[in-house]
Amino acid sequence: MGKLTPQAIIDSFAEELGDGFFSGSVHEREVGVMKNKFRSLWIEVKKSAFRDAVEHICRLQEYPHLAIISSSDLGAEVELIYHFTIYYGEHLQELSLGLRVKLPKNELSIPTITDLIPGALFTERETQEMIGVAVVGIPDNRRLFLPEDFPEGVYPWRNDDKGIPKDMLRVLPGREPK
Amino acid sequence: MTVEEKKKATYTVPVGPIHPALKEPIRLALTIDGEEVVDTDVFAGQVHRGIEWIGMNRNNPIQTIYLAERICGICNICHPFSYILAVEQAAGIVPPPRADYIRAITAEMERIHSHLLWAGVAAHEIGFDTIFYLAWQVREEVMDLIEYVTGNRVTKAIFQIGGVRRDVTEEQLPRIRQSLDYYKSIFDKLRKVFLEDKTIQMRTRNVGILKKEDALKLLTCGPSGRASGVPKDVRQDQPYAAYADFDIKAITPDILTGTVVGDVYDRIIVRLLEVKQSIEIIEQCLEQMPDGPILAQPKTAALLKALTKAEGEGVGRAEAPRGEVIHYVRLEADRETLATWKVRAPTYVNLMCVPTILKGMQIADVPIAFASLDPCMSCTNRVVITDRATSRESVMDYEELHRLSVEKTKELAQ
Repeated sequence: MGKLTPQAIIDSFAEELGDGFFSGSVHEREVGVMKNKFRSLWIEVKKSAFRDAVEHICRLQEYPHLAIISSSDLGAEVELIYHFTIYYGEHLQELSLGLRVKLPKNELSIPTITDLIPGALFTERETQEMIGVAVVGIPDNRRLFLPEDFPEGVYPWRNDDKGIPKDMLRVLPGREPK
Repeated sequence: MTVEEKKKATYTVPVGPIHPALKEPIRLALTIDGEEVVDTDVFAGQVHRGIEWIGMNRNNPIQTIYLAERICGICNICHPFSYILAVEQAAGIVPPPRADYIRAITAEMERIHSHLLWAGVAAHEIGFDTIFYLAWQVREEVMDLIEYVTGNRVTKAIFQIGGVRRDVTEEQLPRIRQSLDYYKSIFDKLRKVFLEDKTIQMRTRNVGILKKEDALKLLTCGPSGRASGVPKDVRQDQPYAAYADFDIKAITPDILTGTVVGDVYDRIIVRLLEVKQSIEIIEQCLEQMPDGPILAQPKTAALLKALTKAEGEGVGRAEAPRGEVIHYVRLEADRETLATWKVRAPTYVNLMCVPTILKGMQIADVPIAFASLDPCMSCTNRVVITDRATSRESVMDYEELHRLSVEKTKELAQ
């Protein structure tokens, strides 16, 4: 598959995923004195179409680069963004592709993508321990950063009652935790 | 268990976690068969300080710049760099062009100092301490330059959302050019020392090979990935700040040798050529630097107010000396702290290729092969060897591991 324009990529996602596709947008930003542009894509999909979307990215670019999975607690749901880059190797040609998927709090699980991108393992392990999203089918289920004696069921990046409780915070004497 | 399996009894060698004086700690568990490494398991997290949590729960976005600077002592330009790029994108702030150029200059000075520091560490790992002293002596020049331009050797605190906090003045230019000329004058000497020395070649050629396909699969980035032939460099692919004005090419070892092996020697080539590239970029920046203000919003209180009101998200990518740094920031209106902050440092992904690199190598080659990735945690201070077959346990410390490596160099040199 040759290089597609950002808009054509969004169209190809819509076509490929059908109902599973929510929305897509292109952002451009000018940089430097010469006002060259670099572009980023944001695509939101339903959880049911998530695997298909990653497979589609792997068709757009052999070995896409997955930088990181970022996770946000939005209250009723948890938002995961898989930050991909495609079309690397040439001046100004690379595209950032943020694949967004929202999970309701009562159903916090996402299929693994380590079979498609083996290097996704660390960030999937981190997503499990930090925000409490179970990665189904992950080949290595251990924690990555949190120590072994860290309590089960506490997820540091959550804003609800599963986040870090106040009594776990260490503050300077005479100070209140914020 | 079959007879064949019994013969191949393996031992587990945990390496680390580490000497507090050097970089970051990490623990490696090496499974060995005789002298050969069969498998490696990586345990990270010994210095996880919850920095992202502090950015999301305690600090305001401006305080977080200085927190981002403290993620790493060596890459303390690239972390705030990609952080402010993300915040500027989220809040819709455009920095003045002069600030873009000053940012690029400081980032390239950081690359020079980091690569020279690595060159010294790598020489030390193979017991070549003369070169270690030479590399670090040469590095002092750029440290002085960094202090001259930014006011500090380590945490430079020069970044601000929407610009930089210190200008590069006309009077400073001769001093900066003097340092660049110094590096140009000694570059050939460095190239000879690192690339033509027989001992270095013997210890680094065909050691710690990472094939291009593995590098792509395991998302290896930065000089380690480029040494395996992956032409990926954020300054080329998705240039930010002043880099967008220059035609920067990712450096792969075939530029010099015509082939890509993906071993430690190739990683030396890439880093050495990148020092030269950085000098050229700084020179270009100095020549083409536009005049004008250095801050979009000079009043900090007004900036903070604007950031508290802002709503949006942004991704900042920067090419650190070790590879791509990415920060994701989400701002919510009327929230004092960041709503989401995710940081990814290059070592995060580069650690995943450690098992592939160490597989099939001798224990004496572990220090140089591991250090060749320039992980932000290259010191291995304590090694426990457990003999699985007899449950015998012996302790090998960092000195012992280092001695093995030095002995190997001596044997080869004879």
